[in-house]
Amino acid sequence: MARSAKAVPWFLFAAGGTITAFVLPVMLFVTNLAPPVGLFSEAMSWETMYGFVGNWLVKLVLLGIIGFGLWHAAHRLRVCAHDFGIRADTVVAYIVYGVAGLATLATIWALLMI
Amino acid sequence: MSKRTIQLEVLRYRPEQDKEPFFQTYTVPCEEEWVVLDALNYVKDEIDRTLSFRWSCHMFVCGSCGYKIDGEPKLGCKAFLRDYGDNIRVEPLDNFPIERDLVVVIDDFVEKLQSVKPYIIAKEEKALAAGEYIQTPAQLKAFKQYSMCINCLLCYSACPQYGLTNQEFIGPAALALAHRYNMDSRDVGRSAREHVLAAHEGVWECSFVGACSVVCPKDVDPAGAIQQAKFTSAVDYLTSMVGIGGK
Repeated sequence: MARSAKAVPWFLFAAGGTITAFVLPVMLFVTNLAPPVGLFSEAMSWETMYGFVGNWLVKLVLLGIIGFGLWHAAHRLRVCAHDFGIRADTVVAYIVYGVAGLATLATIWALLMI
Repeated sequence: MSKRTIQLEVLRYRPEQDKEPFFQTYTVPCEEEWVVLDALNYVKDEIDRTLSFRWSCHMFVCGSCGYKIDGEPKLGCKAFLRDYGDNIRVEPLDNFPIERDLVVVIDDFVEKLQSVKPYIIAKEEKALAAGEYIQTPAQLKAFKQYSMCINCLLCYSACPQYGLTNQEFIGPAALALAHRYNMDSRDVGRSAREHVLAAHEGVWECSFVGACSVVCPKDVDPAGAIQQAKFTSAVDYLTSMVGIGGK
């Protein structure tokens, strides 16, 4: 039996799963839910956040959270397609990993623009 | 002991006379304390001697009496009547061809089990006189849970991947047993099993649905074993890619 190359995306999936499980709920709360109800509104102001994200370490952390999250979602969707009986695994893999790859590049570009 | 009467709906199939499987209902007077296997044995002894089903120990050790009971893979000897209504449906395990009535053909599993070399491959065979292999409690704990498997095949019946891949997937019990020997400090056979484990049909076909661990009557947790094996296989893959080892 041939060794499967699924090991590589699985590592990204596993890393992304751990990161998103721990960090994403807090990120969503801090960036999306708290400011509209008046929490952290000063810290989350455009100027403060723009300055904060300008830091290289923050850029790297954001890329980690978003990038690994994307690869986690991509692999999860591939597995979901398989569970739903869609047997065109190679096509599904190219589509989901392609989207994750492009979105990761877009994230890098967006972060470099700041 | 209180008495109770149940309707036992059993899937019958005798290849020499039945075109396709059909349900036959038996009215069985039971004791409340009985398990489904007791009711099947009552049918066999008192009502219909032609009914075929596997069983042996009646104490969830042998793993022979796996059936689908009210739609769920169960051991007949561990499914107590008190947990069911008055109509109980018993079918052969899913994902295996029916040989006769509740008896399924398990050749595919036996072949897969052999392919993972489910035995200790020692570095060098010791003579009996050389004494036992010493293992610490921590070394025992690393694999003991996975060694409780009784090959009852409930996990194969519950596993959607085994069905979806037309039985190509190596499957929960065989992979968990491969992992059990890989985790044993007395064993050096990981590289001999890796070509099966690391294949697409090996651990990577598992999408971690977890049904195997839910139905396992011995709490082996095959799904957990497979996820651990995925990690070691992934490390192997990456290390062998960059040429620093790998199995």
